[in-house]
Amino acid sequence: MKTQLRAAGNGLPGLDRVSLWFNDPANWWGPDGLVARIREHMVYTVVIVAVAVLIALPVGLFVGHTGRGVFVVVGLANGLRAVPTLGLVILLVVWLSPKITITTEIPYLVGRGAMPYFLVVVLTLILLALPPILTNTYAGVQNVDPAARDAARGMGMTDRQVITKVEFPCALPLILSGIRSATLQVIATLTVAAYVPFLGGLGSYIRDGIGALNDPVFGYPAMVAGGIVVAVLAVLTDGLLNLVQRFVVSPGLSGRGSKRSTRPRNTPEPFAEAQLADA
Amino acid sequence: MNDVWQYFLDHRDEILGWLWPTVWLAGLPLVIGLALALPIGWLATRYRWTYGPIVSGMGLLYTVPSIVLFFVLPGLIGTKILDPVNVAVALTIYTVALLVRVVADGLSSVSAETMAAASAMGYTTLQRLLKVQLPIAVPVIGAGLRVAAVSNVSLVSVASILGVTQLGRLFIVANTNNEIPPALLGLIMFIVLALLFDAAILLGIRALTPWRRAVSG
Repeated sequence: MKTQLRAAGNGLPGLDRVSLWFNDPANWWGPDGLVARIREHMVYTVVIVAVAVLIALPVGLFVGHTGRGVFVVVGLANGLRAVPTLGLVILLVVWLSPKITITTEIPYLVGRGAMPYFLVVVLTLILLALPPILTNTYAGVQNVDPAARDAARGMGMTDRQVITKVEFPCALPLILSGIRSATLQVIATLTVAAYVPFLGGLGSYIRDGIGALNDPVFGYPAMVAGGIVVAVLAVLTDGLLNLVQRFVVSPGLSGRGSKRSTRPRNTPEPFAEAQLADA
Repeated sequence: MNDVWQYFLDHRDEILGWLWPTVWLAGLPLVIGLALALPIGWLATRYRWTYGPIVSGMGLLYTVPSIVLFFVLPGLIGTKILDPVNVAVALTIYTVALLVRVVADGLSSVSAETMAAASAMGYTTLQRLLKVQLPIAVPVIGAGLRVAAVSNVSLVSVASILGVTQLGRLFIVANTNNEIPPALLGLIMFIVLALLFDAAILLGIRALTPWRRAVSG
């Protein structure tokens, strides 16, 4: 019976099993269903990115405005980029989780006994989400037209006003693409981080599937199904944040709503530049 | 730190055996990816209307998390799940996705005057591409290659979740045995490897752009 389910001679149940998996309502609902997993994945992502923004945005604005600590920011960002995510998550989990004794449960999000792992993973992912937001905010403020800054000062704006009313709005496109790439990174890394025990989210399909690859339901087909959902989630998030970027950025900057665009066509998207500039 | 060194000494043969697959899994996709990205990137500059679709298509590929690609590929191309080829193919896809845009932007950043001068000197389109456009784009493409190299090295470790043997095994061992030394050793080795790749590419860029030193020095 089992040989019948295997396709392509690689010993795995065929991909046709994946649509069967999706078609079974039992896989969607319930505390371990797909819907619950998607909710966990999204809530984790939002919490992590929100905390990362709260830390990286003010620091980035400050560094960009004053020019102080540029070396630290660029060095930190480049250094963290070379750190393998999985390794950092596992190191911190092995090192810190046994020391955490909080056993609080959060219904639907953090299960019994999962808190020590959850906290460490969230902490690690916040750390990894910082560099793109930090460098893009800093680069965005640095790229602000000096004339605009001078004009603001000439009008009598204080430092604080220059930052909040001129530099922040002008840097917004770059800041938002930094947040976007941080969010995508968190969605992807959460999937990897589920290798750590007890963590929910869509990565748990992979963790559970690895142990029973040949199982026609919970093995390879469930892994692929979970993988497809992660990929779709990433693509949708990317599109959504793209849309947000389009509508939040001031029309004077994006050229939206005016016939004469101030930016030349085919200008490379700012993030690619910032990413390459600091590399 | 002593624990880490001791761990290395105790498992030296095993760890050194993992080093080589890690190097080729990160390095080979870089070479193949660059070889594929050059013509695709050129296409996007030669026929302007293809730029949008090509660059957004590549961006879409890049949003797919690596771990997903690692285990979906065997189902698509019929390889075994432990086959290192999956990792090599996935990382090649990422490298191409990242570099196509960089190549296209690099090639089109060459100023119109330079292009006109080359044509006036009798260069054919192909000669102009190979002898003028490409060399001028080397710093931009090189910067993209450095980003791809560092991210490839880090992504190789992810493949160890599926059991592909390379240095990422150290992390799995650390997790299973609840030991800190292998995790720390793995982190150090991956970071050093990433830095070595980075340095090698930097040297390559330097060797390919002798005029930059002449100008700045």
